[in-house]
Amino acid sequence: MLARTGAVDSAQAVLSLRGIVKSFPGVRALGGVQLDLYPGQVTALVGENGAGKSTIVKVLTGIYQPDEGQILVDGQAVHFPTAQAAGHSGVTAIHQETVLFDELTVAENIFIGHSPRNRFGLIDRKAMREQAGAILNSIGADLNPMVRLKDLSIASRHLVAIARALSIDARVVIMDEPTAALSHKEIAELYELVEKLKSQGKAILFISHKFDEIFRIADRWTVFRDGQFVGQGMMADVTEAELVRLMVGRSVEQIYPKRPAQIGGPALTVVGYCHPTEFEDINFTLHTGEILGFYGLVGAGRSEVMQALFGITRPSRGACRIGDDVRAIRSTAQAVEAGIVYVPEDRGKQGAVKGLPIFQNVTLPSLTRTSRAGFLRLAEEFALARDYTQRLDLRAASLDQDIALLSGGNQQKVVIAKWLATKPRVIILDEPTKGIDIGSKAAVHDFMSELAGQGLAVIMVSSEIPEVLGMSDRVIVMREGRIAAEFAGDQMTPENLVRAAVGSNGGTI
Amino acid sequence: MSTTTRQIPDRLTSPLSRALKSWEALLLVVAVAIFIANSLASPYFLDPWNLSDASFNFTEKAMIAFAMAMLIIAGEIDLSVGSIIALASTVMGAAAAAGAGTPSLVVLGLGTGLVCGAFNGLLVARFGLPSIVVTIGTMSLFRGISYIALGDGAYTQYPGSFAWFGQGYVWWVITVELVIFALAALAFGILLHRTNFGRMVFAIGNNATAARFSGIRVEKIRFILFLLTGLMSGIAAICLTSRLGSTRPSIASGFELEVVTIVVLGGVSILGGSGSILGVVLAALVMGLVTFGLGLLNVPGIVMSIIVGLLLIAVIALPRLWTKLRL
Repeated sequence: MLARTGAVDSAQAVLSLRGIVKSFPGVRALGGVQLDLYPGQVTALVGENGAGKSTIVKVLTGIYQPDEGQILVDGQAVHFPTAQAAGHSGVTAIHQETVLFDELTVAENIFIGHSPRNRFGLIDRKAMREQAGAILNSIGADLNPMVRLKDLSIASRHLVAIARALSIDARVVIMDEPTAALSHKEIAELYELVEKLKSQGKAILFISHKFDEIFRIADRWTVFRDGQFVGQGMMADVTEAELVRLMVGRSVEQIYPKRPAQIGGPALTVVGYCHPTEFEDINFTLHTGEILGFYGLVGAGRSEVMQALFGITRPSRGACRIGDDVRAIRSTAQAVEAGIVYVPEDRGKQGAVKGLPIFQNVTLPSLTRTSRAGFLRLAEEFALARDYTQRLDLRAASLDQDIALLSGGNQQKVVIAKWLATKPRVIILDEPTKGIDIGSKAAVHDFMSELAGQGLAVIMVSSEIPEVLGMSDRVIVMREGRIAAEFAGDQMTPENLVRAAVGSNGGTI
Repeated sequence: MSTTTRQIPDRLTSPLSRALKSWEALLLVVAVAIFIANSLASPYFLDPWNLSDASFNFTEKAMIAFAMAMLIIAGEIDLSVGSIIALASTVMGAAAAAGAGTPSLVVLGLGTGLVCGAFNGLLVARFGLPSIVVTIGTMSLFRGISYIALGDGAYTQYPGSFAWFGQGYVWWVITVELVIFALAALAFGILLHRTNFGRMVFAIGNNATAARFSGIRVEKIRFILFLLTGLMSGIAAICLTSRLGSTRPSIASGFELEVVTIVVLGGVSILGGSGSILGVVLAALVMGLVTFGLGLLNVPGIVMSIIVGLLLIAVIALPRLWTKLRL
């Protein structure tokens, strides 16, 4: 092991993992990893997707049983046969996609499994409401405990999850990419909350892909790579470059490999697209060989426009021209026939067909090509899948493996491979690198550049300014369902983009 | 992009080793065991003519079960199949009473099945209603029409040649129904496991949203599946009516649950997304052997339904135990 095991300092770890091994059919997810969490400190766990971070969280919360290794709480070996057992030992997790109950109220979500009881042994609703209110107050969350969860924003749901963690008097709080879906303001509030949890002496495991965030709030770091422990230490003693090198095992030099583009004729022209509630009067032209960035705040209507172009929803007015043909796109099947494909933001629900093997995911929209007279030809399917997944540098045990067993970044590669195999004219990528690791991110960016170089027209919806500026030839900024501004060349600056997105006065158009 | 990528193997486990560990293999063992047990328990069991008669225990239900299996794999269900049989049988009976010949009766039987299937499919695929609710509704609706038409009466005047479907033999002890069952098994096996259509059914059952986001016409496929289930119910109605030679409104009552039992016993996930036609074929044989064996031993009908009920519960529990034992 190329361990750089940080010196064990005076503080005693609340929870330690030693030599944890966990295997799944065909995949060794964890190959003997260690982890230490200290009271009143934030430990950042970093690693590429597929490094084993999600698996370790599941081991810590009693969802997976390790094949080998020890879990130590206050130095005593323990077992977490169930999620309840982990909860009893004071371990709680706030997940990437927070697992809460939509149809229950905020208070019920906070106290599910340990609700206050009245003297008949029934749930004491009044006490539950009051205690929930008190906890929410203590974290500065202005939420009504009686509101149903489905009526809340993602940021508010996170607050509920945190309140739940506090309600069971947790000693160890695991935060798995808690800021992935939050706005800047909400992130700042979350940081304050983390400080509060620290001051209460809780040990926090913080999993994130965002380095600015890790350096802002973490005290310690631990790096995993390909299911192995690589090293750990204090944040104060490490630089960003060193962490990146440990994570990927090589140095990532050029982050945005945008090549000069040969921009050709119009590939897609959208005229006067309107939707009753989501967007209005959308006009733009996309050229072959071009990467067109769509920037805007969450909720500006970018994804909605893209989904209308892809035939998921229908515009109330407007037309679009693909190449020279005017087409009305009423279904995704028609969009694919017309050569427009869409890589959705929500990989788990809209992108990957979990339960089907990798090769079947890749060939799903190309079946007419791999089959003969409607009959499957597996050899052709494997050939197509092998070709495109290799180009994207997919990491998998076999092409016959269920896509659900892959990490998020590798699932994204399969989804992109699926669309490239259809040989599209226009590819729309909706937050293509959201929540994926640096290595996969670079692979996706590199590939986007290559595709544009081959004359494909690319639309990239992204909320990350460096990505938008680094990859796009031109940027359209949307605000409240309308196109607010368009920038190219020298005009493409972070200031211009943000001004147009928030609609501040003096915005240049 | 690096050109030195590692080659990802197509498969790690061979199809053969997968087959040996499959649910279907277990079903085959169970079927053989019941067969042996039955032949030891009763001297009449191994008689070819007895076995031939016993095949009626499952042939009609299994025909529908193939289509139902695809529907359940796609994440839908049709509980109106018994009632479709009742309605199709009533339509045929009325036509026969008015003097229609066998070819017209067949067309009417199939047509009624298709219309009922289309009605279910329209409500589910077009209007997005949950199939369990829709088909519980049409279960009452279709049979209700039969009751209105027939009341306490029955249609019994079928032309002589119509008896061929339910009472005829193709060769020696091989009944017409058994041949229809085998052909349907083959056709549905190919449709589900060897065609693009079947692949899309699996995709929809595993994640309908992602399937739509992959350019699949999800509604169209759902509609076709209901149409197929209606068609197979129509065929079953022809066979059953022909075999009984009469139509009462209570005909084929309770069929839907027996069909679903066969499908689930066959290893089709009730949550959708996985299953095979081979499993359904084997499950139909197991069900047929169990009911026939119990019948030979003079087990009363009530006890038999208790045993079938226990079998269903065991089947729901077994796949879970099975996966736990394998891991």
